Amino acid sequence: MAATIAEKIFSQTCGRAVRAGDVVMAPVDAAMIHDITGPLAVRVFREMGGERVYDPERIIMLFDHQIPADSIPAAENHVFMRQFAAEQGIHNYDLLEGVCHQVVMEKGRAAPGEIIVGTDSHTCTYGAAGAFATGIGSTDMGFVLKFGALYFRVPESILLTVDGTFDRRVGPKDLILSLAGDIGADGATYRTLEFTGGAIREMSMAGRMTCANMAIEMGAKAGIVPPDAATWDYVAARRDIEPFDLASDPDAAYAERRHYDVTDLAPQVAVPHNVDNVVDVGGVAGTKVDQVFIGSCTNGRYEDLAEAAEVLGTADAFASGVRVIVIPASRTEYLKALRAGLIERFVEAGALVEAPCCGPCMGGAFGLLAPGEVSLSTSNRNFRGRQGSTQASVYLASPATAAASALYGEITDPREV
Amino acid sequence: MRAWKFGNDIDTDAIIPGRFLTIYDPAELAKHAFEGTRDEFAKGARAGDVVVGGTNFGCGSSREHAPLALLGAGIRVVIAASFARIFYRNAVNTGLLPLVCAGVDEIRDGDAVSVDVAGGFITVNGKQFAVEPVPGFLRTIVEAGGLVAYAKDLERVETCSTE
Repeated sequence: MAATIAEKIFSQTCGRAVRAGDVVMAPVDAAMIHDITGPLAVRVFREMGGERVYDPERIIMLFDHQIPADSIPAAENHVFMRQFAAEQGIHNYDLLEGVCHQVVMEKGRAAPGEIIVGTDSHTCTYGAAGAFATGIGSTDMGFVLKFGALYFRVPESILLTVDGTFDRRVGPKDLILSLAGDIGADGATYRTLEFTGGAIREMSMAGRMTCANMAIEMGAKAGIVPPDAATWDYVAARRDIEPFDLASDPDAAYAERRHYDVTDLAPQVAVPHNVDNVVDVGGVAGTKVDQVFIGSCTNGRYEDLAEAAEVLGTADAFASGVRVIVIPASRTEYLKALRAGLIERFVEAGALVEAPCCGPCMGGAFGLLAPGEVSLSTSNRNFRGRQGSTQASVYLASPATAAASALYGEITDPREV
Repeated sequence: MRAWKFGNDIDTDAIIPGRFLTIYDPAELAKHAFEGTRDEFAKGARAGDVVVGGTNFGCGSSREHAPLALLGAGIRVVIAASFARIFYRNAVNTGLLPLVCAGVDEIRDGDAVSVDVAGGFITVNGKQFAVEPVPGFLRTIVEAGGLVAYAKDLERVETCSTE
């Protein structure tokens, strides 16, 4: 019987045909916990009578939301998690490597066909590696730590076929914002978004991660890019793995099929205070900004920083009065940008370059907004209060649009710079 | 039971802002529930009140601090036209009952709402509205009082079993 890639991943894991709508207790291949939601998961694991985790090798621990510790309670969380890692024999990346989703991908901890859970809603990022990856709460994670498995309702899928070629300085972030605008904040609830088509095939792994990352912004349980040569090259460079066939059958049953063409797509901006409140950049061009944040699990990779630096070009400085915060998503991406001279350019132009972490997107550690302030951010959420005051405004856009806006101090179409 | 009425797309940042995520105690979290977006909630919510939302209630982060903050405020039931997936599951797991109800538009802020879980309906302003039952495998967890209670005495689980 024809199956989607999501159904195939559960079927292959369970050794029998599993279909959308089925509820299965599926073993998980990897489980990610971080400094914010991890401590609660560990407490729950204990409350459930847990003594030893099911398999320390499958647990990925790191700190990225409040690093270096921004408060004594945050520091205590870090100590608590370090003690748990030592006691259980879990490898802890601690605060050294960067933002969780980037680290899981670049360390080769996600691979095609795997089922991965994380106590972070953007765990769906690993769909870029062809995994079924989904965000869960801390209590579900406590269960996973104890049993190595979790109940899943296998989701129906929405097939997104994306063709065409992006205009100059338009890219994956503009695509995923336009999809959020079209599908809506709950248009894919309980479903898997499957990304296919020429524009996806042509996309770098960084771009695919940007797209899969924001599947949750449409309510999706997972966002999967079926593995191709680019996927296998990326994963095989990071772990010992042989490619195998994993794709939906052409006649698989989908809840919906949607077609898009990016050829005429303008840079997109999500306007306060919802991610699906999306307009062409022209609709908000000229809006004054107080802060520009380039970074996060959505857009903090080398490719994103290079996109921003290309727009910056040889300009002397960002607009006066604008705080530009640049945060590479990981140590590896930071080093790539550093060696390519991008970091030097950002600092010369007046940006604050911070060590890899979630930064302002966490809405608590630093980079918070005062009432009335406006931020343009390359991250994934613009909810009221997400980056500080509930009286502040957050706009979401691509690194190119962020850099253009930082140059002029107002939301600017990067194609016009 | 007083209804605290909210709109569509109530996100977990609104329910509990990011700067309070080092708190785990429900009563402490409750002091900051809806801080900045609806400050009177933390002061005014009483045990047994219900939170009523529109569509996509609890969208956003996987933070379980959100259902815990509501529990700490004495809320035991959230009624909405629809829920975001992770919040729904987190609510069930922590013992907060999420009820899907098509009649939420008829509920106004401050209305008295009575909930008949066994009967599968709510009553407000003299009218009854059906609520969708929690799906099968989650009902077991609801009946146990949450996932911790359900999992406490389990030694192991049979993987790839169906419900």
